[in-house]
Amino acid sequence: MTPDKYVPHRYAGASGDFNPIHIDPEFAKAVGLPGNILHGLYAMAQVARANVAAADGDPRALRRLSVQFRGMGFPEQEITVSGEVKEMRDGRAFVDTVAEQSGNQIIRNAEAELELG
Amino acid sequence: MAVDTTNIGKTYPPFEYEVGREKIREYASAVGEGSPVHQDREAARAAGFRDVVAPPMFAVVYSAGAMAPAILDPELGINLMMMLHGSQEFVWAEPVCAGDTVVTTATVKDVYEKDGKAFYVFESNSRNQDATDVVRGTWTNIVRGG
Repeated sequence: MTPDKYVPHRYAGASGDFNPIHIDPEFAKAVGLPGNILHGLYAMAQVARANVAAADGDPRALRRLSVQFRGMGFPEQEITVSGEVKEMRDGRAFVDTVAEQSGNQIIRNAEAELELG
Repeated sequence: MAVDTTNIGKTYPPFEYEVGREKIREYASAVGEGSPVHQDREAARAAGFRDVVAPPMFAVVYSAGAMAPAILDPELGINLMMMLHGSQEFVWAEPVCAGDTVVTTATVKDVYEKDGKAFYVFESNSRNQDATDVVRGTWTNIVRGG
């Protein structure tokens, strides 16, 4: 999926995080960034969404998600979330996940636990 | 560089958040959650929820009011200009639905230094109006240069 130019603004309103590095390209450039960057927790929400989708879309299936925020994400660039089931145990799938943008990992070492009904 | 560990274990006042149906819809739309259980009451009820259900990562919305006083605590003295959100974990229990009241309490779980950076680890515990656990969050903030 590709977040459009105004996704950071909508996410700011929805989450209450109005840090100008996410919504003001001029401010972001003034502090040395290439432009306004995606909220890390928005990127984490994409990882959560991909894992829920893999569990037939039931949000109750996602029992745990742990991520590390690394490279910066940008609007108007496609985000690809990929996952690999590392283990199945006690009715749970343990999934290693990454989110990438233009080959740059923006979420890494993500571990999801899915309870499969 | 030495970090001040005297605040480990410090707990902040509980923060109460009333979960609104429109707020769930707004959040779900902003993150691209297309499932009708996050938008439509009847679809949510048909799927076994009390009302429109929050996507799991809506946890950041009802937790934020508990986390801000912790991260901004002058006793911790975090340099916000040098702070990065390093990692995040949520462990979910009971789903959160529209009409719920969620109370979140934040605690300083750990403060340590590694590779010349200061790590501030906070834990949040959120419960609903029935005193049932809904989520536990672990928030790790990294401050470059201490």
